[in-house]
Amino acid sequence: MTKCGVSVLTTGDEDEVSSCYEEHEWGKNRVKGREKEREKKKRGNARKKGASRAGRGDEELEERAERGEKGRRRRKRDNHDGKGRERDEEEQAEEKSGRAAKNKKNLKNERTRKMEQEERDTEEGDAKRKKKNESAKREEKKEDGGKRAVKEKANAVKTKKHKKKVETSEEEDVEEEEEEEKEKELRPESLSPEELEKLKEAVDEKKKLIQTLRGKPWPMKKKLSTLRESQEFLEKYEGALGKGKGRRLYAYKVMMTKKWMKFQRDFENFKTACIPWEMKIKEIESHFGSSVASYFIFLRWMYGINMILFGLTFGLVMVPEALMGRPYGSMPRKTVPRADEASAMDFAVLWDFGGYAQYSVLFYGYYNNQRAIGWLKFRMPLSYFLVGVGTVAYSYMVVIRTMARNANESGGGDDNSFNFSWKMFTSWDYLIGNPETADNKFASITTSFKEAILEEQESRKDDNIHLTRFLRVLANFLVMCCLAGSGYLIYFVVRRSQKFALDGLDNHSWWERNEVNMVMSLLGMFCPMLFDVISTLENYHPRIALQWQLGRIFALFLGNLYTFIIALMDEINLKRKEEEIVKFNMTVWEASLYNGTVPENSTAPPVTIHPADVPRGPCWETMVGQEFVRLIISDTMTTYITLLIGDFLRAVLVRFLNYCWCWDLEAGFPSYSEFDVSGNVLGLIFNQGMIWMGAFYAPCLPALNVLRLHVSMYLQCWAVMCCNVPQERVFKASGSNNFYMAMLLVILFLSTLPAIYTIVTIPPSFDCGPFSGKSRMFDVIQETLESDFPAWFSKVFSYASNPGLVLPFLLLMVLAIYYLQSTSKSFKEANVELKKKLQMQNEENKKKSKRAALKAAMDLEEARKAMTQNGRNATPLLTDQEGQLPATRAPVPRTYHHGNHGAPGYLPGIPRQTEARVHRAPSLQRH
Amino acid sequence: MGTTASQLGKDLLSEYQELTFLTKQEILLAHKRFTELLSKEDKALPNPRIPMQSILTLPELKSNPFRKRICHVFSTSDMKDGSLTFEDFLDLLSAFSDSATLEIKSHYAFRIFDFDDDGTLDVGDLEKLVNCLTGETDDTRLTPDEMRQLINNILEESDIDKDGTVNLSEFQHVISRSPDFVSSFKIVL
Repeated sequence: MTKCGVSVLTTGDEDEVSSCYEEHEWGKNRVKGREKEREKKKRGNARKKGASRAGRGDEELEERAERGEKGRRRRKRDNHDGKGRERDEEEQAEEKSGRAAKNKKNLKNERTRKMEQEERDTEEGDAKRKKKNESAKREEKKEDGGKRAVKEKANAVKTKKHKKKVETSEEEDVEEEEEEEKEKELRPESLSPEELEKLKEAVDEKKKLIQTLRGKPWPMKKKLSTLRESQEFLEKYEGALGKGKGRRLYAYKVMMTKKWMKFQRDFENFKTACIPWEMKIKEIESHFGSSVASYFIFLRWMYGINMILFGLTFGLVMVPEALMGRPYGSMPRKTVPRADEASAMDFAVLWDFGGYAQYSVLFYGYYNNQRAIGWLKFRMPLSYFLVGVGTVAYSYMVVIRTMARNANESGGGDDNSFNFSWKMFTSWDYLIGNPETADNKFASITTSFKEAILEEQESRKDDNIHLTRFLRVLANFLVMCCLAGSGYLIYFVVRRSQKFALDGLDNHSWWERNEVNMVMSLLGMFCPMLFDVISTLENYHPRIALQWQLGRIFALFLGNLYTFIIALMDEINLKRKEEEIVKFNMTVWEASLYNGTVPENSTAPPVTIHPADVPRGPCWETMVGQEFVRLIISDTMTTYITLLIGDFLRAVLVRFLNYCWCWDLEAGFPSYSEFDVSGNVLGLIFNQGMIWMGAFYAPCLPALNVLRLHVSMYLQCWAVMCCNVPQERVFKASGSNNFYMAMLLVILFLSTLPAIYTIVTIPPSFDCGPFSGKSRMFDVIQETLESDFPAWFSKVFSYASNPGLVLPFLLLMVLAIYYLQSTSKSFKEANVELKKKLQMQNEENKKKSKRAALKAAMDLEEARKAMTQNGRNATPLLTDQEGQLPATRAPVPRTYHHGNHGAPGYLPGIPRQTEARVHRAPSLQRH
Repeated sequence: MGTTASQLGKDLLSEYQELTFLTKQEILLAHKRFTELLSKEDKALPNPRIPMQSILTLPELKSNPFRKRICHVFSTSDMKDGSLTFEDFLDLLSAFSDSATLEIKSHYAFRIFDFDDDGTLDVGDLEKLVNCLTGETDDTRLTPDEMRQLINNILEESDIDKDGTVNLSEFQHVISRSPDFVSSFKIVL
């Protein structure tokens, strides 16, 4: 029972499964009351076919041979029932050519031997089948027959389970053709329910065959003919299923499924046509290999996510507020203060997102705290809050899902067990279409081979380990210094900028105003270079060095970001103090206003005051949003400018100065730049982190980011194609995919932390934003629960949020996680165990087959002796079996294995082999 | 078979879609590229073949060290000259397409690496494979010692039944664990 299952588990070799499947099929066939003799013949042929696959190598030849056999078989069959004449002719022609090929090949000695092997296999199989058949048919109580039957049944059960995964093999195809033939003899009208059932099964199998056909390594001609055959069959018999009304219904269903399939296919086509930048990325892929393309795919993926975030914020927050909220100038928070009015439209101010930009839907402060707006009664504050939460939740979901999928795809397999083989078999990137890249790839493969060999030879070559250690420690120390220095610099700059801000921005130069962002961008630009220089001290393997480098840049960015946030927090606290004062002043001002106006007009004194004149708080939320937006803008600008200067200008200079320079610029020092995949990916990740952090306070951020990514896509595609050269060290993309994803997840977590912290702990400003007047932002949920839902709901909710319920729930989740983890661990252990078993079994198999081969050789010796004694008797036997007998005279054990293991249905190791061996041993002895 | 006209029949197109991992656009593109490669007199033939030499001029294959093997593997020609019909060409593209399964990819990869077409990767095949991977120039070639070491290591890892060769199932076993085989075994027109 476990046999098929084991093989599926361990290697997923589907051929193996399908061979089990085949066995099951045999069993089924046997049940059918068919003439025994003919059955046997067919089976022999089919078996031959299967066995002839054993050699695999001579694929073409075999295919031909198979076709020939098929034809032969068909002819026999056609003699019986006289059908399918045309097809037969075609097959015959094929058969002829197949024979010709065979003859040609037969000249070659080795090949023939192999063929003989196969054929011997065939014979054995034949004999085996015969035996099996007899035993099962007559229900003789032969021990081993019974056992086999049980085994087969078990196999059948197993295979049913795996059916979906199963790539049906050629044998199955043969099977089906046979079945088809049989079914053709049945008249649809006179079908018993059983037969109908069988027919249905056959039809279903045909359908499955059609579906899996594309996954078969056959030449197109064969696939086409099989497809046509099966479709013909389907058309003929699908209608036969069901009676009367049922039949019509069935036909209708079939038609609908056909239509549905077609629609699905068209939809698939449409979908692939809709994927943006596919051609661009493919072009890059073919020039630079998959690693550079992986960056662009990542960029596209990011673009997709940002599109959705943008859709959420734009559709549910910005547009409703702009359309249905109170218009600009209707209230203080929606009006530019009097003092700033003069400069509110200046480009410099707008560029800094001050002035009119600040008092617009782009920022938190503009939103009104009115519970429901417009004729739709749109719950604006609630929507704002939920969109903020939804953005984060969606991002988590997507990132984690992608990570899980990637992990699945990579199999998470045993990392180093096939180190060399992977280098050998999978290191070539077939996408490379550029000779230069190909040369680089050759070089990198060679070095990787050499390195691997060296590592293997002397796994620890310690030439002055102390020096290396010292250098590494030194390098890390330097890096730490850099990180600390950059952190301090940012903190210093942010504090200074606060001082400037207090003084009033107008008194300072452009540099002083933009100091923070510029310093951050510059640090982000130059520190990685510094790290690169430092890392040469360490003398690591390039791959490890790359990881260190990535880790360090990551730490740098993270440190910078967090310093920035801490400085922002300071500023928030300052603003809140300011707010207290303003609040106090407000009451005084209002009182004075009130006192002053009361005598004249008691009904509407505030109306006379223009909203621009009303004093207002500093609104720290908008300030935070502005900071982030500015950061993004300056970051984007730096990226683009570096791209233009570092890549494009450099390329132009190198190209044109090369005509009049003393050394070769293209090959020598400056040369062209490489595309820095890891740096770019990191940049993208951090950019995204800032979006996540700031999106709550500046709903325009996703929109900005979409714009940025869009431009990036085109600009970078262009830059890569026109001014970069392929990397010298060509890395594979997929290995690092999840590494990037993991970083993205970390960033997501780290960037939501401060955002959530501010939302939860700091009370919102009193006079701006959708939550003004509440003590905490999340109070909006409670408010909604109380006023918009029935009373029982809020009661239930309050019960549910009771710690007594939440804590057990959390505990349960932790337990579930623990349980899942431990089961996965045990599965892994089971895997290892199974692998061991496989190896053991293999050893055993080998021993057994060796013994069997020896025995066969001895038997053959005897047979030969016997034959020499009465040679005349032996000749008819020879012709009878189409010269297959000599095949058995190849008792060289090695080649024997050869044929045996070459059979695609056979996994290395493998239970099925043992089974086969068990049957085969007696049949061998008979020779 | 009906691919004679410069345009593909609708039925045939849908059949090709059914039988390959390619989308309609890709098939049409493939057909376009294929007819571009055909010479004038070939176009008149009912089932034209492109000789290997002109297949190899495709930029997608030009710098591939296995280009000749690829042609040989996918060719259904009786002459063993590596020439491709349109259907062979589609087979090729299908196996190398994005959505092809690991099984089919590994199957063809095995046949591509099996230089002497004997159904197993023996030492000779592996040597040729290494030489293909390290390029034609002498400075990137491995020394015989290194080669021996490398091949021994490979056999140690992947030759599970220890018969001195790597067969298809062993190969698929190894490949199925590899993280980047599927992503790199791709050719896109």
